[in-house]
Amino acid sequence: MAESENIVAETAEKIFADLADAQTINHDKQGAWKAPLWQALTEAGLPLSWVPDDLGGSGASLAEGFAVLNVAGRHAIAVPLAETMLAGWLLTQGKIASPEGEMTVVPASPKDRVTLAADGSLSGRARGVPFAKDAKHFAVLADGKDGVSIALVDAAKCRIESGTGLGGDHSDTVTLDKVQPVSIKPASKGFNQTTLMLMGGVVRSLQIAGALESMLDISVRYSNERVAFEKKISKFQAVQHNLARLAGESAAALAAATSAADSIVSAKSLDTDAVFLEAASAKIRCSEAAEKGSAIAHQVHGAIGFTIEHILHRYSLRALAWRDDFGSESHWAVELGKLVAIRGADELWPLVASR
Amino acid sequence: MTAALRFDPIRLPEKCEQLRKEVRAFLAEEIAAGTFDPYAPNREDNDAPEFSRRVGAKGWLGMTWPKKYGGQERSFLERYVVTEEMRVANAPTRRFFVADRQSGPVLLKYAPEHIKMDILPRICRGEVCFAIGMSEPNSGSDLFAAKTRATKTDGGYLINGTKIWTSSAHIADYMIAIFRTSPPTKENRRHGLTQFLVKMKQPGIQVNPIGQITGQFEFNEVVFTDYFVPDDHVLGEVDGAWKQATSELAYERSGPERFLETYYVLTELVRAVGKNPDTRSAEGIGRLVAQVHTMRRMSVSVAGMLQAGKEPVVEASIVKDIGTVWEQQLPHRVRDLAAFVEETATNRETLEKQLDFAIKTAPKLTIQGGTTEVLRGIIARGLGLR
Repeated sequence: MAESENIVAETAEKIFADLADAQTINHDKQGAWKAPLWQALTEAGLPLSWVPDDLGGSGASLAEGFAVLNVAGRHAIAVPLAETMLAGWLLTQGKIASPEGEMTVVPASPKDRVTLAADGSLSGRARGVPFAKDAKHFAVLADGKDGVSIALVDAAKCRIESGTGLGGDHSDTVTLDKVQPVSIKPASKGFNQTTLMLMGGVVRSLQIAGALESMLDISVRYSNERVAFEKKISKFQAVQHNLARLAGESAAALAAATSAADSIVSAKSLDTDAVFLEAASAKIRCSEAAEKGSAIAHQVHGAIGFTIEHILHRYSLRALAWRDDFGSESHWAVELGKLVAIRGADELWPLVASR
Repeated sequence: MTAALRFDPIRLPEKCEQLRKEVRAFLAEEIAAGTFDPYAPNREDNDAPEFSRRVGAKGWLGMTWPKKYGGQERSFLERYVVTEEMRVANAPTRRFFVADRQSGPVLLKYAPEHIKMDILPRICRGEVCFAIGMSEPNSGSDLFAAKTRATKTDGGYLINGTKIWTSSAHIADYMIAIFRTSPPTKENRRHGLTQFLVKMKQPGIQVNPIGQITGQFEFNEVVFTDYFVPDDHVLGEVDGAWKQATSELAYERSGPERFLETYYVLTELVRAVGKNPDTRSAEGIGRLVAQVHTMRRMSVSVAGMLQAGKEPVVEASIVKDIGTVWEQQLPHRVRDLAAFVEETATNRETLEKQLDFAIKTAPKLTIQGGTTEVLRGIIARGLGLR
């Protein structure tokens, strides 16, 4: 990690440590912590990290933003920081200035489509849009007869059916019915919904990797405190081996996610097989790690980790929820498998070795 | 944080890509000349001494070592490229692999100068084969229970005892082995073992082949009877072998051979399903590709840390733990998917033969070079649990 990435990530880390302590949040049923946290993040310029100065953002690099997302994952942050960052990034691809306040992206699944009509209005239905209920604006990707467009849409003009994801955060259905956007621009050549989903997938991968790091951390700590059969449970070989496997899953997620982020940072175009391999693999492998890793973390904690009072679920359930956003691991596995098949058997190793 | 595991996204430098092209071209020539069959993954059976010499002539053995010993002073990342290309091609590396990866570095660190000057250039030329003498009939994972004695005598030591599961001992010119020079102490049960360089193919050493479930004869029992080893063949500190074992292990544990051992079945599955896979095949292949890509990125990351002079002991153990478990499961996952391959697939027979071989090979992958259980113990220690 470069020094500047450290500085931005450390800023985020400090804000989360001060204003998003997991114990405090877990006991605050009213959500009083949310507003001060969002304000501090906004003052630090983090939600619009990926938006250049002239479009209303703080102009941080892609790498700096990715580092922030890993930290956000470690704290299982339940405000739309990642979503606003991604929305700002999408708007920037269309050279559209970002407004203040919470945003999210529509659609958030490869299955859903928004279409642009000849009269300039947008229509479509998007399921599982994270934090739609909390957002003031949506960054929308739409298909029209002249290709792909990027639009800024006022959330108040859309119908939002409230839903809740596995992690307890809003995951809503957004319906656009002939909505006139605040502003709309054509996307650059080669940019399409797959590009957005891959980028979203890498964002979620970094968050999952972060959540797994925390699950490993608190599981190790708990095993060194909890006594059973007259010794710390960390001294039992079965527990040690489970935690070693959790470390392996955490490591795999971290490696896959940071590699994919790095491939996007250094890519000249996001429309390449190499970026596809990296980003799809990250989402697949991190999702698998979320399943295996959270199961071990819960196993180590026993019944206490299954209680609403304990903080473990903040990480475990979010890591599991994040698997579903921007294409599940099943979706990406099929797409990656098809790509590999089309390239042919003898081109598989050269692709893997090129990374 | 309890455990700050690092897996930075290290990339192979540009110069590696030129090298990769050279290695691929060389291997293609060897395949065309009939040196080995890339579809028949039995490199353990194929003792190809001429191939070994040709690899040496290319400068690809001992490539990270000092030039005065025949090396090339190239980076570990360049060596990484050569290793992974050879693995994926199923090249017959048995004759030089151990010497290049492990034995040479041990000699570099602990052997006297005249021995280095004698042996290291021959390793680089691909002329000598090494074996590793660790396990004994009653000490496998528990290395420090070794009993084979090295008794001091005039000018050297007399060796008596038995090593077992010693890969390639039947063709090896040398072995690097640990023998007991003193009993363990009450305070330190690891005390009393010494590392030696042993010249094979001599009277006093009997090598008995042991058949494996794959049908191969790749490992052996090696019996020493009053076998004389001169003083200058002691490697490092007498009674202090336990201090020497750890740092080299990171290289041994994290290389491409720790997840690519059965990779060929994945290539062949992709060939068998063709350009238009059904959803189940596509999904299955996609997951396996994501997993192997991730393993490789982890492994390259550790190689990069080693090149930078760090000691990623826990990270390397993680790579071997999940890498060997993965390569062990791979043939079974490929078999799951192969059940749906069309009868008419042109490579069906090749795939089935490879699956048979890979499934038979699989059990050893999580045993050799440090069992899964031992590795998880090392990881647990790194996490602060021990």
